[in-house]
Amino acid sequence: MLERIWLIPLLPALGAAFQFFFGRKVKKSVVSLVSVGLPGVSFAWAIGCFFALLGRPEHLFTKVLYDWWPVGAFHLSSGAMGNLNVHVGFLLDPLSAVMMLVVTGVGFIIHVYSIGYMAHEGGYYRFFGYMNLFMFSMLVLVLSDNFLMMFVGWEGVGLCSYLLIGFFFHRRSASDAGKKAFVVNRIGDAAFLLGMMLIVVTFGTVNFQAVTEAARSGHYPILDPTITAICILLFIGAIGKSAQIPLYVWLPDAMEGPTPVSALIHAATMVTAGVYMVSRANALFMLAPAAMALVAGIGAATAFFAATIAITQNDIKRVLAYSTISQLGYMFTACGVGAFAAGIFHLMSHAFFKALLFLAAGSVIHALSGEQDMRKMGGLREKIPVTYWTYLIAALAISGIPPLSGFVSKDEILWQSYAGPHGHLVLWVAGWVTAGLTALYMFRQIYMTFHGTSRVEPEVEHHIHESPRSMLAALVTLAGLSVIGGFIGWPDLLGGSDRLGHFLDPVFENPVPVALKNYSAGREFDLMFLSVLIACTGIYVAYRIYVRRPEVADRVAKSFGPGYEILLNKYYVDELYDALFVNRVKNIGNAASGFDQYVVDGGVNGVGWTTRLTANLSRLWDLYVIDGAVNVAAFFTKLMSYPARVIQTGLVQSYAWLIVLGVLIFMGYYLVHF
Amino acid sequence: MTTVSIPDVMRILPELILAGFAILVMLFEPFVPAGRKRVLGWIALLGVLVAGMAFTWAPPNAGMAFSGSIAADGFSYFFIFLFLTIAALALLGSINYLERDNIHHAEYYALILFSTVGMCFMAASAELIMIFLGLEISSLSTYVLAGFRRHDPRSNESAMKYFLLGSFATAFFLYGIAFVYGLTGTTNLVDLAADLAQPGKWSTLTRAALILMFVGLAFKVSTVPFQIWTPDVYQGAPAPVTAFLSTGPKAAAFAVLVRIFLGLAGPSGPAAFWVIWISAALTMTVGNFAALLQKNVKRMLAYSAIAHAGYVLVGLAAAMASGSTEGASAVLFYLAAYAFMNVGAFLLIAHLAGPGEGRTEISDFTGLGRAAPGAAACLTVFMLSLSGIPSTAGFFAKFYVFRASVHAGLIGLTIIAVLNSVVSVYYYLNLVVTMYMREGEPQAARTPMPLPLYSAIAASLFAIFYLGLYPNHFLLLSTLSSKPLP
Repeated sequence: MLERIWLIPLLPALGAAFQFFFGRKVKKSVVSLVSVGLPGVSFAWAIGCFFALLGRPEHLFTKVLYDWWPVGAFHLSSGAMGNLNVHVGFLLDPLSAVMMLVVTGVGFIIHVYSIGYMAHEGGYYRFFGYMNLFMFSMLVLVLSDNFLMMFVGWEGVGLCSYLLIGFFFHRRSASDAGKKAFVVNRIGDAAFLLGMMLIVVTFGTVNFQAVTEAARSGHYPILDPTITAICILLFIGAIGKSAQIPLYVWLPDAMEGPTPVSALIHAATMVTAGVYMVSRANALFMLAPAAMALVAGIGAATAFFAATIAITQNDIKRVLAYSTISQLGYMFTACGVGAFAAGIFHLMSHAFFKALLFLAAGSVIHALSGEQDMRKMGGLREKIPVTYWTYLIAALAISGIPPLSGFVSKDEILWQSYAGPHGHLVLWVAGWVTAGLTALYMFRQIYMTFHGTSRVEPEVEHHIHESPRSMLAALVTLAGLSVIGGFIGWPDLLGGSDRLGHFLDPVFENPVPVALKNYSAGREFDLMFLSVLIACTGIYVAYRIYVRRPEVADRVAKSFGPGYEILLNKYYVDELYDALFVNRVKNIGNAASGFDQYVVDGGVNGVGWTTRLTANLSRLWDLYVIDGAVNVAAFFTKLMSYPARVIQTGLVQSYAWLIVLGVLIFMGYYLVHF
Repeated sequence: MTTVSIPDVMRILPELILAGFAILVMLFEPFVPAGRKRVLGWIALLGVLVAGMAFTWAPPNAGMAFSGSIAADGFSYFFIFLFLTIAALALLGSINYLERDNIHHAEYYALILFSTVGMCFMAASAELIMIFLGLEISSLSTYVLAGFRRHDPRSNESAMKYFLLGSFATAFFLYGIAFVYGLTGTTNLVDLAADLAQPGKWSTLTRAALILMFVGLAFKVSTVPFQIWTPDVYQGAPAPVTAFLSTGPKAAAFAVLVRIFLGLAGPSGPAAFWVIWISAALTMTVGNFAALLQKNVKRMLAYSAIAHAGYVLVGLAAAMASGSTEGASAVLFYLAAYAFMNVGAFLLIAHLAGPGEGRTEISDFTGLGRAAPGAAACLTVFMLSLSGIPSTAGFFAKFYVFRASVHAGLIGLTIIAVLNSVVSVYYYLNLVVTMYMREGEPQAARTPMPLPLYSAIAASLFAIFYLGLYPNHFLLLSTLSSKPLP
């Protein structure tokens, strides 16, 4: 079983290849059979591998398939000789096992859901081809045993994300959103790449185990500047992929993609890749407390910030998008305080309930023939009961109501951010307030969508129908997981044994002390009580405002005035980025393209060539001085190609002369220089 | 007086088989009715396969043959295999092309085989006269092939230019050989190397002879300033012929360049090295920058072929500077990788250009990504590989050449090469952008690919990804193959 672990990523890849080559020609049923069946087999194989791993005493399995980049000997930054040989290999340890199960399991469920959801959309095979390609990339990302191969998966999921966000490419906003996601992610990817290069010259390897071993060997001091730089660069990479401040702007726009995509890529799996990467590099981060503080700070800030925006959004998916950003913030907070296991735990439970929320939201949208504005919903509770109940379960889970999964994992993070070795009261307060906001915006959504009087457009009203069975099956399965998911990490305090945490321990066992600050069990219980209390408060406030007295909502909004405006407009961050970066780049691009055209035109006339060249040069100078940021390279490139065109007369005689000239030059040179 | 022995014959078995099949094709041609000419294409292909299998039948027979004029060693085997592969791909890609354009004459197949024989002799010979004969056999066949669309003025122009300038350049090569013979009394490369290794043997005239031979070969591989014929000839020749022309004869001439320059020029001091260095820098730069402005796909790829010759020269310069096999093996790797992507690209363009090759402007490919997604995707892979994007053969080809040149201390040349490959991305991706992102109806042919062409394209794609994802096998092969070199 384990020996053939490569089948797990390979099967979805085969599915993608099938869709690419034959998808257009075969029937829809064949498309779904292949593209849902193969990830299904992959999931089954992953379960088999998981149990095989449990059977191994050390819970570790590595498999090298073949040598990939035999770079050979080179000098490390320390002056020693390194020998870099990157191979294609798989590492299955508790961390990657959890990720593998989440990706294949939730992935499979979402594939099943998509059969119903995408049934009436064009490009059915294309959708499933991309989805399978995504599964392949994501599994390469989590199963690889080195940074470089992980990066290949990292880029692969980025590409699939781009393709799937822009899936409805005939919609301008969708293709724009795809581009935005791609470009913003590039910033993070560049940092990741730099971090990886630093790892190569520092450790001479990119293998996870080798790097971890070196970092834990005690050879590198805590606060080592190189390692801190590596960690910060890796974290910037994670910021891009996992949509944290300041690179989160792409995720809300990514909701332009089909809803199963939002569930799979932009909630459950891809966006958590950053958390996985930071956890994977935990040995490095433990040596860089400054980077850890940055991770925790950004995480907590993002959690709070995104939650405040979520309260004012009216698009059902956008609320969930900001909620995802906020929850990812929690995970990074956990990583930043050294509680990597808690971060991964929340990653897992979040995958369940957030995928469920998206799929249920998709079911709502499906029922309302594509309507996404919550102001045009309401009173749907009786009409689509299964969707309602599963939505409610997910909302309770994310709000942190015991004993659902979200409660257990979020509370673990809150406790660790308070009592953990790198914890701080400020982090806890931020997380605690966010928990209240989370409950508020979730139940605002529930009440606006499912309760109260119907505000649905009349022509949509009579089309409302519960979704097909394949979609409901996915919802119910995920609802079940959201309920019971917490029990595998049930805390000791409440009579559990935190089995997930202990399972993950070997991955996060660092020589640096990670003992909790010395607080009594009573304190943990108090905090737990407080977090449940604020969650209930949030729900109650939402109930008061949106069910009991809906007219209050507007009044509240008005009384907050400018504050509400700022939140509604997402703190104007998009506008700020447009003004600061996007428009600048556009201007430079426009200047350069106008310039290109001028130069090209100028070159057509061979007679006036020299004169025009002078003119071009002076114009170049003018533009350069005035604009200060013209793309000189493009001009230079075009300029260089003129002489070649002038020589290329097409006349054999002149060609022969040129050859003679060449002979003379070379011979002259060679004879003179000896 | 030399005698012909059985082992000697075994050492040129592939060439003999190829020549035999070529003659067979010519003999059968009158008996095959006009509509059935493709049978002869299959016979020619069979000849290539049998020639390839000759290696496995014959006992291990490395060594010199025919009084030292044939060097059957790993180096020549590598190239013979490469030529056979190129010939097979070109044959596969030609069959339907010839039928489509009503120029289905079996001489085509015979000429391809004869040209391959000539190339094999070029790579496998350690004797200048033999090399010259190989060069002529190969060139004369390709002159005819370039003009094979004989009712098309562009093709005639191409053949005429290629013939005139080719003969002109070959004369330089022959002139160089004559000088060498006059000065040293031998034309055998092994004897020559031994002779020139003695102190004081290098004179002004021997240097001049070396340059003259370089010019003859530089013409074939189209390095600046001897590249001038390339765009006109590549554009006018039938596209499958261009596929063959831009890879086979080029690789053969490189094989000779490597043999001569690594074998002889070593003792001649750094000046010969600088000739290669300057040629490399000029060739890359001129090729890439001229390609930027091209509006015709074939012409753009012709300039790209020039640029690639420059990269290979970087590898040769590295080999000359360091004396290790790393440079030579990088050259071999590059030539093979380049062969797959270039043959694939030209064969595909031959198909897409439609009847009479009427559609070869870049603008004809607008929107092809939607109209013919399969072909567009394949062409995209070829372009990505040519520009050296990772996970394709082109990446590792460049990577090994650049690595060798860095290890040889040629930092300046490496920087020029890297900058050049950045420039090249622009025009390769331009085609991709045209196919996928420009709005419009493509003029290029949308007929499905015929099966023989399909298999040639699939084989090229497989090779590109195989070399790009798993380069080690092949690197080992090219390293072993360059061992026989000094």
